[in-house]
Amino acid sequence: MADPMKIRAQLKGDVAEIRVLMGHAMETGQRKDAAGKTIPPHFIQSMTVEVGGKKVVDGQVGTSVSRNPVFGFKVKGAKAGDKVVVSWVDNKGDKRTDEVAVA
Amino acid sequence: MLSALIAAGVLKPTAAYAAEWNKAAFEAHDTAGALKGIGAGAPADSKDLILKVPDIAENGAVVPVDVISNIPNTTSISILVEKNPSPLSASFDFANGALPEVSARLKMGQTSLVKAVAKADGKFYTAQKEVKVTVGGCGG
Repeated sequence: MADPMKIRAQLKGDVAEIRVLMGHAMETGQRKDAAGKTIPPHFIQSMTVEVGGKKVVDGQVGTSVSRNPVFGFKVKGAKAGDKVVVSWVDNKGDKRTDEVAVA
Repeated sequence: MLSALIAAGVLKPTAAYAAEWNKAAFEAHDTAGALKGIGAGAPADSKDLILKVPDIAENGAVVPVDVISNIPNTTSISILVEKNPSPLSASFDFANGALPEVSARLKMGQTSLVKAVAKADGKFYTAQKEVKVTVGGCGG
């Protein structure tokens, strides 16, 4: 099971600033281990952000996103207490969903 | 009916809640192929698409990239690194109040142009900047 994400959702005016840190190796499939064997690719492929039950961001991700990806988004019309739900799925089918409330 | 379509392979189960990973675009080995994969043949340069990247990245493993689109009705933003083995890095669709802007951190194997592509009203726009990489982020 993947580590929990760190999600921060802060209201500035009527815009929620959302930052997410996902714990993931993001292996490209191009690196080799000490024995010279190629390390197979293992990376997040898709991610979504929902605010107040509505999908606001639908993202697709490739191998060139950094290890432990960080993404920032802004959502207009959010209110304090709205639930922010972030999910990701990787190329091996591992997945993770975490949530916070807009503060 | 839906399950019949899934069984017949017409609809893949993942398509029910999220767009399927765009394999053709993400696995393209050149920028032209990646652009074609996301449906943007020849995007027009736009000053209203703001791309913020460092001039020099000391660590190619973590290059911060911010993209902000001031183009009305922008619905998606993609980020490409021209000289990476697979240029397309990430692609985001926005809806329900999400502002057309995103920040992310990317790996860069070497000095390269970084390109943002925005889709607005079915048209594609682009902005690009070079990032000099002193230590690449794709090696072992």
